[in-house]
Amino acid sequence: MRKRSLIPILYIAFLMLPIYWLVAMSFKTTNEILSGFSLFPQTFTLDNYKVIFTDPSWYWGYINSIIYVSLNTVISVAVALPAAYAFSRYRFLGDKQLFFWLLTNRMAPAAVFALPFFQLYSSVGLFDTHIAVALAHCLFNIPLAVWILEGFMGGVPKELDETAYVDGYSFPHFFVVIFLPTIKAGVGVAAFFCFMFSWVELLLAKTLTAVQAKPIAAEMTKTASSAGYELGLLAAAGTLTIIPGAIVIYFVRNYIAKGFALGRV
Amino acid sequence: MKTENQKAWFFVLPVLLLVAFNALVPIMTVVNYSVQETFGNNVFFWQGLDWFEQILRSDRFQAALGRQFLFTFLILIIEIPLGIIIALSMPKKGMWVPVCLVLMALPMLIPWNVVGAMWNIFTLPKIGLLGYFMNDVLGVNYDMTQDPLAAWITIIVMDVWHWTSLVVLLSYAGLVSIPDAYYQAAKIDGASPWKVFRYIQLPKMKTVLTIAILLRFMDSFNIYTEPFVLTGGGPGNSTTLLSIDLVKIALGQFDLGPAAAMSLIYFAITLLVSWLFYTLMTKDDAK
Repeated sequence: MRKRSLIPILYIAFLMLPIYWLVAMSFKTTNEILSGFSLFPQTFTLDNYKVIFTDPSWYWGYINSIIYVSLNTVISVAVALPAAYAFSRYRFLGDKQLFFWLLTNRMAPAAVFALPFFQLYSSVGLFDTHIAVALAHCLFNIPLAVWILEGFMGGVPKELDETAYVDGYSFPHFFVVIFLPTIKAGVGVAAFFCFMFSWVELLLAKTLTAVQAKPIAAEMTKTASSAGYELGLLAAAGTLTIIPGAIVIYFVRNYIAKGFALGRV
Repeated sequence: MKTENQKAWFFVLPVLLLVAFNALVPIMTVVNYSVQETFGNNVFFWQGLDWFEQILRSDRFQAALGRQFLFTFLILIIEIPLGIIIALSMPKKGMWVPVCLVLMALPMLIPWNVVGAMWNIFTLPKIGLLGYFMNDVLGVNYDMTQDPLAAWITIIVMDVWHWTSLVVLLSYAGLVSIPDAYYQAAKIDGASPWKVFRYIQLPKMKTVLTIAILLRFMDSFNIYTEPFVLTGGGPGNSTTLLSIDLVKIALGQFDLGPAAAMSLIYFAITLLVSWLFYTLMTKDDAK
């Protein structure tokens, strides 16, 4: 073992400490948490998790989050695919300006949009629905998906398209049967980043929902506000929000490092 | 070369419609509010550019903007070099690479308010691991709800914890794309590790570092949820960054006019600085 591998090990240890503390606390009783410091749970309990899995307002938070995140990922990638193809293969009027304008939306502070989004989605009757959050998150996820997919598509030689047309493939047939499989890594990376940014965003998700589509992360505020004596419950809910992300990373582990590297700036 | 084809617009149309729906209508709403005054009941009066002037001159806005720039500056000078150092010291191949990448990416996939709550639990005096360690083991008086300096250090460390991995992943992606032949040539020439870094690794990482700096700038400049959950902008106003202040004015006090004017100024600053970064970092490529 070389000396410099110490740096990543120390860094990962630093990353894991707060996560460990969250997980450890989720297995403690409220009494133990408040009575003082203990490195490991002394009286190991699953009560905090039991509360979450038996109370509909808790577990529906998870279902709501997963519904709108999945909807957003599907919509973002589906509309970004043809657009990224157009940007990577054709020149057309205003293409560069359009590409830049898309990226500027990635720069907009979410706080700026919170109030107008509330009014916009209320006025079209979509307030407190999953689709409202999914559509709102398109604001920053579509530009990102177009950016990543365009990078991957740019790496595919144009001869592939031309050969397919010579062989008599129609465009939709070519796109689905030949082109999509060659950029499937790119689709995976784009879907990963859409999932990630939709899953972690809360300000807009909270603003656009009240009861029916309330995300899990917003449910958690009800323990935080009650003066902190439900810390165990808060920790258990927090621990459960890490799991979907961890599963998704595992599937794309060989591609995440390449994700942005292939995109153009 | 790309072929000219105006029909490509049809491919872009769905993206254009969806993003325009989300971007143009709200921006127009904000512009509308920013030039009017209301006393409720949907009665509006033309106000001109008064709100803009009032915001730009107010001490409160200038203080929040100053804190925001300080925060983003500290984030960039800590996270970018740290990310590069970690990426350089990671193994190039082997079974540990995916393990490292998965563990490092984990903080980025935790919902932002959970990040805030997690750090809150972590730093509580007496109860939290870090709070206990600082106060009871090291004997340092550490309480971020009382001490502005402690609050600042905590939100900085939290952001380093949260986002340095993005810089690591991007730099690492740039590093693994360097062919071995470059290193062999450097070895034959007897280049020092610093020279290898300066003349081989850094130029190869330039594209990904541009992306990393831009993304870290945008996201740290727009940060809201994590510091809001962790400190609530306190103690006092010491950690009230721009977004936190904006939400306080817009949703807390419901002062729509000033909030809208502030939103537009805020957005304009983000765009301007992003454009400056982008131009500075890519100007060599144009030559």
